[in-house]
Amino acid sequence: MKILVPVKRVPDYEAKIRVNSEKNGIVTDGIKWIVNPFDEIAVEEAIKIRDGGGAEEVVVVGIGPEDSVTQLRYGMAMGADRGILVKHDGYVDSDLASRVLAEVYKKGEYGLIIMGKQSIDSDANQTSQLLAERLNLPQACFASKVELSDGKAIVTREVDGGLETIAVSTPCVISTDLRLNEPRYASLPGIMKAKKKPMEELTLADLGVEDSTKVRILRMNPPAERSAGRKVEDVAALLAALQNEAKVL
Amino acid sequence: MSGSILVFIEQASGEPQKSGLVALEAARQIQAKWGNGSISTLCLGAGAKGAAEAMLQYGVAKALYSEEASFSQYRAIAYEAAFLKGMESVGATVGIAAATTTGKDFLPRCGVQLDAGQASDIIAVNDDGSLRRPMYAGDVLADVEITSEKKLVTVRTSAFAAAEPTATSGTSEELNGVAVGENAGEITSFEASGGDRPELTEADIVVSGGRALQSEENFEKYIFPLADALGAAVGASRAAVDSGYAPNDWQVGQTGKIVAPNLYVAVGISGAIQHLAGMKDSKTIVAINKDPEAPIYEVADFGLVADLYEAVPELTEKVKAAKAG
Repeated sequence: MKILVPVKRVPDYEAKIRVNSEKNGIVTDGIKWIVNPFDEIAVEEAIKIRDGGGAEEVVVVGIGPEDSVTQLRYGMAMGADRGILVKHDGYVDSDLASRVLAEVYKKGEYGLIIMGKQSIDSDANQTSQLLAERLNLPQACFASKVELSDGKAIVTREVDGGLETIAVSTPCVISTDLRLNEPRYASLPGIMKAKKKPMEELTLADLGVEDSTKVRILRMNPPAERSAGRKVEDVAALLAALQNEAKVL
Repeated sequence: MSGSILVFIEQASGEPQKSGLVALEAARQIQAKWGNGSISTLCLGAGAKGAAEAMLQYGVAKALYSEEASFSQYRAIAYEAAFLKGMESVGATVGIAAATTTGKDFLPRCGVQLDAGQASDIIAVNDDGSLRRPMYAGDVLADVEITSEKKLVTVRTSAFAAAEPTATSGTSEELNGVAVGENAGEITSFEASGGDRPELTEADIVVSGGRALQSEENFEKYIFPLADALGAAVGASRAAVDSGYAPNDWQVGQTGKIVAPNLYVAVGISGAIQHLAGMKDSKTIVAINKDPEAPIYEVADFGLVADLYEAVPELTEKVKAAKAG
């Protein structure tokens, strides 16, 4: 079995993101780009499954400009076997991403897709579900534990109010939540090895995918700044402020 | 004229949940801007009939329900099938759900069958009919337009008030003939993390603990008593969750729960961007941290620079005394 792991290039989660003056994008000067943290967890899980004998190959796939190769190479430095970059310079919404990934999936013989539950830039939390439906596969989203056995994935899901365990048939789409695992760091030998691993480049046209989207961003706005309040002396002063100023007690 | 709107209403034992009423409020605002004909609702699972009847006082055209066994436990493929059938039966072109782990999970799947785009986690309906949603952990508020004919929306539950009852006019109706695929899967267990405290996203007051708590035991010893004295829900930072001090569904932040209570008390939380994204719309924010430079103070109305192990028990006692007096 092969595992497909979509990997997205996103700004570092510690970066302070600012809207540009045209209000149609963010200021990218000085931004460090990383693998979407949830996708890193997905790569880690896929590698663990492979190394435990549950799969033969882990393939990372990205959609984006040429630079996205860096994030795919990082996934391969962690241990993925090869990469596929679907080159696309334009805007990608969840719908377009899911159509691209569905075609990539159909071209290989994959038995499982593991991916992040959301990307920390667009925060939409849609692509894994869209992809599952498009491929008519079951899904197990927000996973904190994954076990594969006898053509089934037993997945513990982080849901409102607790932990739910669902058994779905494989192939399926699993989306990762934070506590699934601790992703390893790419080692130096891993980084050296990754440079020699195969990287395939495709276009939307190669996959027969139409370049269209369903959600258009009209403008981007900075959030209202919340002004800092004040420091209080001690617990008594805090209680007084809550009672008399904020009137919340 | 556009078609109607179908809103998914989560229910428990026949009671519509607040998240559903919030989604209904967003639906009313969307209807006013987009000119949709009417609003209908869908409730699923045991007790759905009672919940549907309760929805009639909110002026919905049709309150659909199904108590069939396939919906007794939530499963994405089953709920998707029911929602699609519901949209078809009321002639809906817009589907709306709260951005709970249920709404987030099944609604996108409907988009493929409907050829519909989805705006996730909206926080406002703008005057021009566009929808406002946060991106980049809330550092960007994007105004988006769904360009497909049919449209799907999930609603951030902290961003809208719950809909108020209006005139009763519509009818409740059982939703029949939903075919659930065999690959929907099977729920094998559920481990509730709850307890008697209020639900995090619905609580009026939230007390959250961070990494400085150092252990699960300290959460119990310091955070729980303060929360209980205040009648508050308990939250946690991602760092505290990652360290195993608190369960994941207590996590407040970009990738966890988004809350906006009247009072948010951050204890031993430094205030990483991703945590602020989950609580900075709270009405009053209190930070207790021993590091005077912690970023949490940039959003806190009242900051107390102190050792939490001394300040929190003292605050707990003073709150109890104030409430008793």
